[in-house]
Amino acid sequence: MQLTVNDQLRDVDVEDDMPLLWVLRDELGIMGVKYGCGIAQCGACTVQMDGVAVRSCQVAAATAAGAEIKTIEGLGTPDNMHALQDAWIEHQVAQCGYCQSGQIMQAVTLLDMNPEPTDDDIDAVMSGNLCRCGTYPRIRAAIKTAAAKMQEA
Amino acid sequence: MGRARTIARRTFLVGSAAILGGVAFGTYLVKRSLPNPLEADLADGEATFNAWVKIDADTITLITPHADLGQGVVSSQAALIAEEMDLDFGQFETSFGTPSSAYYNTGFADGGAPFMATDDSFKADAVRSVLSGVLKIAGLQGTGGSTSMPDSFEKLRHAGAVARETLKLAASQQTGVPVSELTTRSGAVILPDGISLPYTSLAGVAATVEPVQDVTLRDPSEWRLIGKSMQRLDIVPKSTGTLAYGIDLMVDGMVHAAVRVNPRKGGEMLSFDATYAKSMRGVSDVIEITGGVAVIADNTWRATQAVNAVDVEWGDAPYPAEMAEHWKTLEDSFTPEHLDSTWRDDGDVEGGLASGTVFEAEYRSPYVAHAPLEPLNAIITVTDDGAEVWAGHQGPGQVQIMVAAITGHDVENIIFHNQYMGGSFGHRLEGEFIKQTAEIANQMRGTPVKITYSREEDFAQDFPRQIAMGRGKGTVSNGQVNTFDLSIASPSVFASQGGRSGMAVPGPDATIAEGAWNNPYAIPNSRIQAFRAPELAPVSSWRSVGAPSGGFIFDSFLDELIHEAGADPMAERIRLMDHDVSRIVLETVAEMSSWGGELKPNQGRGVAFVESFGVPVAEVVEVTATDRGIKIDKVWVACDVGTVIDPINFENNVQGGVIWGLGHAINSEITYSDGIAEQTNYHAHEGMRMFQCPEIFVHGLENGHKVRGIGEPPVPPAAPALANAIFAATGQRIREMPFNKFIDFV
Repeated sequence: MQLTVNDQLRDVDVEDDMPLLWVLRDELGIMGVKYGCGIAQCGACTVQMDGVAVRSCQVAAATAAGAEIKTIEGLGTPDNMHALQDAWIEHQVAQCGYCQSGQIMQAVTLLDMNPEPTDDDIDAVMSGNLCRCGTYPRIRAAIKTAAAKMQEA
Repeated sequence: MGRARTIARRTFLVGSAAILGGVAFGTYLVKRSLPNPLEADLADGEATFNAWVKIDADTITLITPHADLGQGVVSSQAALIAEEMDLDFGQFETSFGTPSSAYYNTGFADGGAPFMATDDSFKADAVRSVLSGVLKIAGLQGTGGSTSMPDSFEKLRHAGAVARETLKLAASQQTGVPVSELTTRSGAVILPDGISLPYTSLAGVAATVEPVQDVTLRDPSEWRLIGKSMQRLDIVPKSTGTLAYGIDLMVDGMVHAAVRVNPRKGGEMLSFDATYAKSMRGVSDVIEITGGVAVIADNTWRATQAVNAVDVEWGDAPYPAEMAEHWKTLEDSFTPEHLDSTWRDDGDVEGGLASGTVFEAEYRSPYVAHAPLEPLNAIITVTDDGAEVWAGHQGPGQVQIMVAAITGHDVENIIFHNQYMGGSFGHRLEGEFIKQTAEIANQMRGTPVKITYSREEDFAQDFPRQIAMGRGKGTVSNGQVNTFDLSIASPSVFASQGGRSGMAVPGPDATIAEGAWNNPYAIPNSRIQAFRAPELAPVSSWRSVGAPSGGFIFDSFLDELIHEAGADPMAERIRLMDHDVSRIVLETVAEMSSWGGELKPNQGRGVAFVESFGVPVAEVVEVTATDRGIKIDKVWVACDVGTVIDPINFENNVQGGVIWGLGHAINSEITYSDGIAEQTNYHAHEGMRMFQCPEIFVHGLENGHKVRGIGEPPVPPAAPALANAIFAATGQRIREMPFNKFIDFV
């Protein structure tokens, strides 16, 4: 089957029910998307599918075929970062960093749909993304900084 | 450069080594120098001055042997070297290095000595010194116990200074300019006329000069990096999905393995039938390993699906099958034959208890899982000559020993590449996943084997924090706490870990009553006793080890006695405090939180103080009792680590520690039924999520005279401060974690 990942068409030979997470990681070598729980409890595997944040561990390969998939690698690179990634660095959000790809991909969807989120909006949308290190205060701050910058732009 | 000369130099207090044209700097704080592991791999044109600095014509590499579990210690270690070497931050590469006794952890001596961290007496320091010598001989390299900064603070600055002065000497020999006229800046030696000689251009010459032995460390007033907020070296990769963790690594020719081991930990596998699993797509083999079975496949998911399809019959657990038996074992352990140590016995406790109405209370602290977000994983290739290991681990030498034992190879032929870790919290002190990978790889010599735990396997095989019980008896008089008699019983986490690692720790286990006996209060009659319960389920060090239980039990009971006395919780703690640095910590948190100020309806505040790992920490938690349950509004934290290396990373670690302590206190425990952990994934053991996260205000004090680590100490006061706040808001006293068994949270 064919998948469109970060604007590139990719061919994969996998079972229909292989989760998108493992297609991305093990078949396509896209490692920014992380495995944390496999049951949509942690959000580490969050990617965008047709512009909406999804848990890639819960999306079957056959469902993802034909959709536009965007991972953290497609959002920005070290040389050309998204406003959220700039804000993540400004606030020194990451500790172990393992959840942060998923956090950032969830935050992108939040700001796409709600460019000026309140604290409650942020909490409501981001609470599905677990951070074991406890970087939540900095994630909140970084989302607000990015929202302000994106409003200016 | 001749090898003989290199070896001769090791007899110097400060060694440097030249290997094939480069230079490595060595700083040996012990009389018998330890080997410099950098010497082995030096190529032509490279120099290593010691075990921490390596320079070649292109690159300066700083070795940061303490593992980075997320606490940012790669950056902190590099900053200490770079400070003295006059390197700009980021003007170098870092490496975890190879396992070596040169990196033995001096910080472990402080925590291992049976003296309060606040005890600076000659005797206490003498014992710590002896212990440090023992650790040196053992070459115990490890990351844990919040020791990375205490271990590194002098050692790594010294390494940087040796490198700087030796490079200046090399520049002097090359140019004829006296050393006294040379300065260093931004990774270069600067000549009087302003000409700049980059260190990399001096590597070849530096390798040929005698190292400078007598160096002076910079006065703190001159520090450019230490004490300033730095951009973490790993922050860009961690914000762009480009950092490779162990789980992301791929090696040519690698196969994927998934395991299932008896969830009754330590129990046997009686039989298995893998007929169906072997027929599944991508599966190439099914291998029996100790206590379980592994599936080899061409993809992580296929391997996991297949291993879950193996039909297995498991043997019994070597510990009680049901939770009630675990608690009963603790209840029965408060007896003289189980007494592990009486840590404090001040005044006249029996007389104090006889003098008034005795207040009694009992507390419980459950098993809790580590569950770092990156599941356990490792890659190992075994050949007939040795083995190569890629994994994130807190004890590199332990990894070598485990793999050597399974493969039959010598330890020095086990090459270990440590990795950035997606959290650990103590999980990666254990090695079952390393052993399992080695067993599989040993049966498939020549093929790299990558093991990836499913989250369910990670929960099932976790050795959680030990359960603990506390029983307190006390009296009050004239509005003051008068007698405080506390007994804590738990299995020994050191005995459990030591049994697995083959390193038995003699003597009493200070962690049983950790967070209790070491709090520097002067209560007139005070006794703290630790009782060692028989081993139950295997347990392991969990972020702050014994202190989250001991601190919860100690401070909750103190709060209850203060309430009985009718005193103010903050004022009475300050009055009882017998340690100036700790008293200032309490006074600071009182000021930060405007303690005693007006509260809104249904609000309540609690304070707790716990010293752990040498760091006094006071936290005030403010909650509101709403219609939907308890909401945690704000937390204020004051603590004293002597010197704050990096303020922004410090704040992040403290906030994270508070969130760790609060989240698990609210909702997390591991319980056993039929010998198996009932919690299988994050839905049943979440910790804190963002909607529950309070605002957290942090103040780092620097009055203590020793540098301390901050990874663990913020955890222990969080749970008792929350319990005390809930009591203040509702009148309900919660004496057992997790609190959501007794009260709802928003």
